[in-house]
Amino acid sequence: MDKGEGYIGQALGMSDLLAALYFSEMRYDPANPEWADRDRFLMSTGHYASALWAVLAEAGVLDPAELPTYGLNGSRLQMTTLDTVPGCEIVGGSLGQGLGVAVGVALGLRLDGRRSRVFVELSDGELQEGATWEAAMSGSTFHLDNLVAFVDCNGIQADGEIVVDIEPVASKWRAFGWDTTEIDGNDMAALMAALARARGHDGRPKAIVLRTTSGKGIPSLENRERKHFLRIHDNEWAALSAELDANANV
Amino acid sequence: MSNLNANRIGGMEENIAAQAGGKFIDAPLAKALVPLAERMPQIVGLTADLGRVTDMFPFRDAFPDRYFNVGMAEQNLIAVSAGLARTGKIAFCTTFGTFASRRAYDFVAICAAHSQLDVKVIAAKPGLTNSYGATHQPIEDTALMRMIPGLTVIDPCDALEYMQVVEAAALTPGSFYIRALRGRVPVVLPEGYRFRLGRAALLRQAGDVGIISTGLMTGKALSVADRLAGEGVGVAVLHVPTIKPLDTEALVEFAQAHPRLVVAENHRDSGGLISLVAETLCDHNLARRFLKVGLADTFADCGSEDYLESRFGLDEAAVERAVRAALEMRGAACQ
Repeated sequence: MDKGEGYIGQALGMSDLLAALYFSEMRYDPANPEWADRDRFLMSTGHYASALWAVLAEAGVLDPAELPTYGLNGSRLQMTTLDTVPGCEIVGGSLGQGLGVAVGVALGLRLDGRRSRVFVELSDGELQEGATWEAAMSGSTFHLDNLVAFVDCNGIQADGEIVVDIEPVASKWRAFGWDTTEIDGNDMAALMAALARARGHDGRPKAIVLRTTSGKGIPSLENRERKHFLRIHDNEWAALSAELDANANV
Repeated sequence: MSNLNANRIGGMEENIAAQAGGKFIDAPLAKALVPLAERMPQIVGLTADLGRVTDMFPFRDAFPDRYFNVGMAEQNLIAVSAGLARTGKIAFCTTFGTFASRRAYDFVAICAAHSQLDVKVIAAKPGLTNSYGATHQPIEDTALMRMIPGLTVIDPCDALEYMQVVEAAALTPGSFYIRALRGRVPVVLPEGYRFRLGRAALLRQAGDVGIISTGLMTGKALSVADRLAGEGVGVAVLHVPTIKPLDTEALVEFAQAHPRLVVAENHRDSGGLISLVAETLCDHNLARRFLKVGLADTFADCGSEDYLESRFGLDEAAVERAVRAALEMRGAACQ
């Protein structure tokens, strides 16, 4: 990444989820990102866009050669998710908006009689936005069992560790009428099992609370302090990349 | 209407004017939207627990599967509407103007307008038409909403025009904010009037004073013009229902023809049409003093519409005072 900065830790933390979604769970056509019957993934925490751009490139929706333009002047691969990029279904980044949009998409797809499903990611910090809970109430009221929300709990927000208590997260979602599971979001077997469970058509939307580790896969980033917004210096890339490669082979 | 998408319903041209008849129309939103929705299956209706008071219940009863009440959650109202629009729906969503603007502003901007989604915000009870007090009186919504890039903003003046605005919103792609009239709504425009999106309408021509008005103030401007005509005073009226995109050409032409101007709107006296006129006059080297009829920099009281209009200077008498004061303007003050 020429940009050398961003929400790199969080993007790494949720990459396991994106891999499970884009290479196992979701139905989509890389050659036709607008296919009407596709499953949708909405990244509400637009700040994690680098992870989405990377998985869309890996999936064949974007050209990998475009990735180094991330965040640079005039690039369409912005620092937050933008729906003008093929495969991106939302303008994310104004936190607390994504779940409500996902509710609307799920309603619309159901109205059209499509089997498509809607997956939406939101962060633990977004649980502090009131609109998240407005949307949670409507999701269960409308019985949207074609909707799955991933609540990415990495324990950090802009001012440091979570500043207003959001726990117990899973109990809150259950209380709002969502079929809720809580897993280690960096455990691929657990992810696959939770995704399989979330396919049930029981009239309830599904919430999967993911406990993730910011910087996952690169120990020196996992352990870095003040890792909400990371800057990587030019001379660090080779070593960090080697760390990631070493962990990927585990 | 240059950007009207006639393909959406195979070139429907319904003359809603035929429905006007008397001096009032009950529930104009329902009368416009239900027939449209019969022909356009992609229309959906939403509300935030104000379906009854915004005249959405007839839509609910006609299309129960296409009607969604999100409860008292105006931010979610806009977000859900935007999500529906992402699946090809045209989402008419209703609430009071205060909540659609003050509370849901970021959602209108980012969820809807940023992607030019088919979200049509029906913002009921504009200006001082709500008796509850400041919490329910959108006095700065036109100013706020016109700042959002690409958002179409309309302030219709009567039931006849409002119904045609609803039709235009359904037929024209993109995000709309409509100051909405509900219940038993007067008709002040002549039968045969045709709303044109983005165009002002010259309703009274060639006067000693020119009134530029929008929304409910246009009816008052017409009354004043007709009354003063009996005294031999000519009052021209340019009605500007579409606040954005603004009909700059019509404004400039009207301002050139009428050195003495009054600008009237059911809104704060800055930020909305009044400021737009000032901006337009400056942009076209026509700057001059004009007289304003609008709400001063204050929150209003509770009370009846008549009381509020009189107390805060938004009634016919206020328009007439402004016109008479404009007649007295001389020299540099009048360019």
